[in-house]
Amino acid sequence: MHNTLFMILRRMRTPLIFLIISHAISILGLTLVPGVDAAGKPAPPMDFFRAFYVVTYTATTIGFGELPGAFSEAQRVWITAVIYMTVTVWLYSIGSILNLLQDPALLRMARHNRFSARIRHLRQPFYLIAGCGETGTLLMHALDSRNQQAVVLDIDPERVGTLELGQYHLDIPALTADASLPENLLAAGLLNPHCAGVIALTNDDRANLSVAVTVKLLRPELSVLCRADSLETAANMASFGTDEVVVAFEVFGEHLAMAVNSPGHHLLYEWLTGVPGEPLTEPLEPPRGKWVMCGYGRFGKAITHHLKQVGIELVVVEATPDVTGCDDCIVGNGTEARTLLEAGVDQAVGIVAGTDNDINNLSIAMTARELNPGLFTVLRQNRHANAPLFQRFQASVTMQPSSIVAHEFLSLLTTPLLSRFFNLIRAQDDAWVDVLISRIAAVLEHTVPEVWDVELSSNQTEAVWEAMRDGTPIPLQAFMVHPADRSEALACIPLLLKRGEKETLMPDPETRLQAGDRLLFCGERQARNLQSLGLYNFNVLSYLLSGQDVPGGKVWRWLERLAKKPGAGNPAREQA
Amino acid sequence: MNLEKVVFGFFIILAMTLNFGFVLGDIDNPAHHHIYELFFAIVINLIATVLKFGERTQIGAIHLASSLVADLGLLAAAWVWVLAVHIDATGLTPDATASIVSLSAGALAANILSVIMLLVETVMFRR
Repeated sequence: MHNTLFMILRRMRTPLIFLIISHAISILGLTLVPGVDAAGKPAPPMDFFRAFYVVTYTATTIGFGELPGAFSEAQRVWITAVIYMTVTVWLYSIGSILNLLQDPALLRMARHNRFSARIRHLRQPFYLIAGCGETGTLLMHALDSRNQQAVVLDIDPERVGTLELGQYHLDIPALTADASLPENLLAAGLLNPHCAGVIALTNDDRANLSVAVTVKLLRPELSVLCRADSLETAANMASFGTDEVVVAFEVFGEHLAMAVNSPGHHLLYEWLTGVPGEPLTEPLEPPRGKWVMCGYGRFGKAITHHLKQVGIELVVVEATPDVTGCDDCIVGNGTEARTLLEAGVDQAVGIVAGTDNDINNLSIAMTARELNPGLFTVLRQNRHANAPLFQRFQASVTMQPSSIVAHEFLSLLTTPLLSRFFNLIRAQDDAWVDVLISRIAAVLEHTVPEVWDVELSSNQTEAVWEAMRDGTPIPLQAFMVHPADRSEALACIPLLLKRGEKETLMPDPETRLQAGDRLLFCGERQARNLQSLGLYNFNVLSYLLSGQDVPGGKVWRWLERLAKKPGAGNPAREQA
Repeated sequence: MNLEKVVFGFFIILAMTLNFGFVLGDIDNPAHHHIYELFFAIVINLIATVLKFGERTQIGAIHLASSLVADLGLLAAAWVWVLAVHIDATGLTPDATASIVSLSAGALAANILSVIMLLVETVMFRR
């Protein structure tokens, strides 16, 4: 804690002792050397006070000239000695202080202390993010725009430096440290009661794994979200209770297969997980037929697995089939026309360029498009820096692992109900989904909607809670109308109602809400703000319920209740 | 034998003995309390304090605290001397002398505590 202070004190010992001794010798000498009076006669030496005064100014500022009286020759000799001695010692002391301030060990320790102090002073829930590469940065921007505090650990000082320059509203504490070491996670506030969850996003599977193990051992109740690049690591993480593991390639493969099999489901997914405010995406309709898959690494395997599941015929092109374990494939890079033709690209409907080299992927897609201009192209983008090339090429789908992982985590963190919702709609048929899509499209103005959770609890929605305690029936409808004018509908749609273990898709507006209900809405940002008025403000809520304005403050409400009490009495209130 | 420990012990004991030597005598008689003794007591106490910097143990912390108390007492005594001799220019009256000596006696108590802790430490870590 005060390690820096101790370290400075320890290092300052020698210079300080030299200073004390040199001053002591100088003062002592001055009190022994005889002086001279105004008449030039010998006078007694200076006493301690004057000697201390003279030495103090001589040692620090030679030339400062206020003398208690003219010096005798003997005193002059001694003062000369004092100057040489004390000035040398001062230079030495100042030199060691400057040296100390530049000491890398001390600077590192000071940064570490500042970081821990900032975390101790955090007074709001925060997420501990290990690794702030591309995924981490995307996630942090999204969390920041939702006013969610984050704390960051990264092993690369350059990335931490970039983070400090980043445009964030919140002050995000960041430390250059290896997240796979438990002590660094502890310094970053793992045991802090405000820590709401840990997200491991480093590009090293083993580091992510050790973060997950550390969290599950030290604070098992804390949720930990991990990125994994291989299925083995993902299985390992899941085995000891890691709350969510996202394998980017698997997620993408699943979505691509979903887009082929049921475009409606995929479109709904895209709309509800997009960045609010951006234009709505057009439905993606990958054709059914023969596909060519270039590259059979982890990405290729995931895509092949998921596409085969929905009954798509695939021809795999792979440069090193013996390394990747591909038994039935065409050998080659796929960057040259010959291999692609051999794979039958001229009769294919789609191609996936999925090697781990961006330039090769672009080359594959360009060659394939020349051979067969109508191809549906899926491109894997490995490095964010190549974004301009990929934008220019305009593939049908571009897969960026970092943004996929960031989106998955974001929806898990901010709207936990959303993943439940997607699980439930999987069981619904295309017709049902199409109805929902047209309902959402009717409410929205061609931009991606906001998706939000509402929990009816005493600390989240105070007004509703109080009204429920009083036994007032509250229909869902009350939160779907404008708080200024009940007859006007808000641009929002309830997607899911979770009551205990019971989940209702698209709940009926007439449903009577109960305490503890959790709701998932989608709609315009403005609708969300207006809706929250009714949830938190008692007066707005009672207008929404009755259409009339009622007395405002707590005291008035209490008086009103008191006045009612002797009368018929409200049975519901007596229950509460 | 460890030279660092010798130096450490030497300064702590020297600080106490010098302080004791200054305090010894009639409390209000300036002739019994030489100003040079006070000067050396202050210098040696300051050095002892610096030697205690940077100890992280509990006993090291108490060591440092007692030394700081002793410094405070002795510097206060020196300040009373400056007041009496230079600022008020009353000279070393019995009142002023008594005050100087009692302040340094307070410092002596802290110094004795330091020496006791030094002994305790030595007994605890006999090897």
